[in-house]
Amino acid sequence: MDVVIAGIGQTSVGEHWHVSLRELAFQAIEAARVDAGGLLPQALFVGNMLAPKVSGQAHLGVLIADFAGLRGIEAYTIEAAGASGGAALRAGYLAVKSGFVDVALVVGVEKLTDKVGPEVESAIATSLDSDYEAVQGVTPLAQAAMIMRRYFYEYEVPQNALAGFPVTAHANGVGNSHAMFRKALKPGLYERVGMLSEPLNMFDAAPDADGAAAVLLTRAELIPPDASPTPVRIAGSSIATDTLSLHDRPDPLDFRAARISVGQACHQAGIVIGEMDFFELCDIYSVYAALSLEAAGLAERGQGWVLAEEGQISLKGRIPISTLGGVKARGNPWGATGVYQVVEAVQQLRGEAGVNQVPAAEKALVQCLGGPASTAVTHVLTAL
Amino acid sequence: MEIPRHWRLKKQRYALVGEVCPHCEAKIFPPRDVCPECGDEAKTLFEFSGRGEVYSYTTLHNAPAGYQAYAPYTVALVKLEEGPMVTAQLTDIDNQPVEVGMPVEMVTRKLRAEGDDDRGMLVYGYKFRPMELQPLAAAD
Ligand SMILES: [Zn+2]
Repeated sequence: MDVVIAGIGQTSVGEHWHVSLRELAFQAIEAARVDAGGLLPQALFVGNMLAPKVSGQAHLGVLIADFAGLRGIEAYTIEAAGASGGAALRAGYLAVKSGFVDVALVVGVEKLTDKVGPEVESAIATSLDSDYEAVQGVTPLAQAAMIMRRYFYEYEVPQNALAGFPVTAHANGVGNSHAMFRKALKPGLYERVGMLSEPLNMFDAAPDADGAAAVLLTRAELIPPDASPTPVRIAGSSIATDTLSLHDRPDPLDFRAARISVGQACHQAGIVIGEMDFFELCDIYSVYAALSLEAAGLAERGQGWVLAEEGQISLKGRIPISTLGGVKARGNPWGATGVYQVVEAVQQLRGEAGVNQVPAAEKALVQCLGGPASTAVTHVLTAL
Repeated sequence: MEIPRHWRLKKQRYALVGEVCPHCEAKIFPPRDVCPECGDEAKTLFEFSGRGEVYSYTTLHNAPAGYQAYAPYTVALVKLEEGPMVTAQLTDIDNQPVEVGMPVEMVTRKLRAEGDDDRGMLVYGYKFRPMELQPLAAAD
């Protein structure tokens, strides 16, 4: 029995000062329901990471169901740090696949601008090991910087080895009307920009932002044969976890959970990695994009950056990534990111990506990460 | 205020007390009661030497709430000589460039002020500083 994505919706990503968390979620839900021709969901799965800390609001399932005119339905939050959106999709997939739910609504939402600066940093740092990482004043950004330094040390790569990732993401963001950044990076700017946390610079990290994205899932047979838009099939779905703490890993440059979940999702779909037409990966930090390509088996260890350097990750390359700007240029609404990635992959598979269209896109790999692949959620999507 | 929690962790935080696996000898820090190497129960306490080397490091400028007073500060992954790795701040590095592989040793310092101001409960714990150089034997 096939689970399909029947509708997609998203808000623009950025600073939504005048919109509350519930309104933001509702905008994406409305768009997805209109797109799906009014399918009525019986269950709502909310992907969110920070609302209890940043907005003082937990219990988002009922909050959003109630506000969206869906009072009474099954509804709850799925939290897995930056992978919350992907994990919520997984929950929706399982609900439909099991046969208990005919139509599931998945919404990823994050509203960061209810707080600013250090308060947001400490909210985000709650995704680390509180007793042994966050207590030392470490943040996810600092972790990424330490991984990046070690990557450079072990593989002896050039100082600007990772430049191709933000350059590609920003080039693709230009064509995405929902993206936060819609300007290409000028050549040579990467090398001159300021450091955030050495050796990680301002272009090596995605910007935090508000945003909401939603998808409606159902069984293929519940969709009329002549339905428009064309549904997209979830052919593979997998979540894997690693150690929570980075320091507990035998090899911090091995994104083991990412590797395992890609393997499982591809196996379920019966598609080998080399057949994928594009890969929406977690480029929240440019070194994570390199490590994700390596974990997926698309590059040898220490060689992920070469795909960027050689332009193989661009829209017309061998394995396009971040096709609508990625986390880097679209922006990073933490718990919503995994749903944005899926919405963008569906745009590609429907042939609705406009100037960003990947030619003949039929098979997509989509992956979001919580922390440095402490949680990895991977889905394989195919055009029906 | 989270006094019981920090009190509960003081052995680990003040003296790097972890565990040694009675089955496979693996040294474990932080303590987790199940050996990550062999999967058996491991509750025998073990005090680490506090010596290790820098595996990687960075400097934090955008500190989270409670740490701003210390910014910028340097954090590291430190590979202990007994095997495990820990995440910790580096300290006493004013006149010295930090490098991957640099030998370091544990010291106990203030980690943060608990609560929104400095009147809250302080949290102390391990940091690492460059290893004191052993004095060379006199040549004459
Ligand atoms: Zn053992």
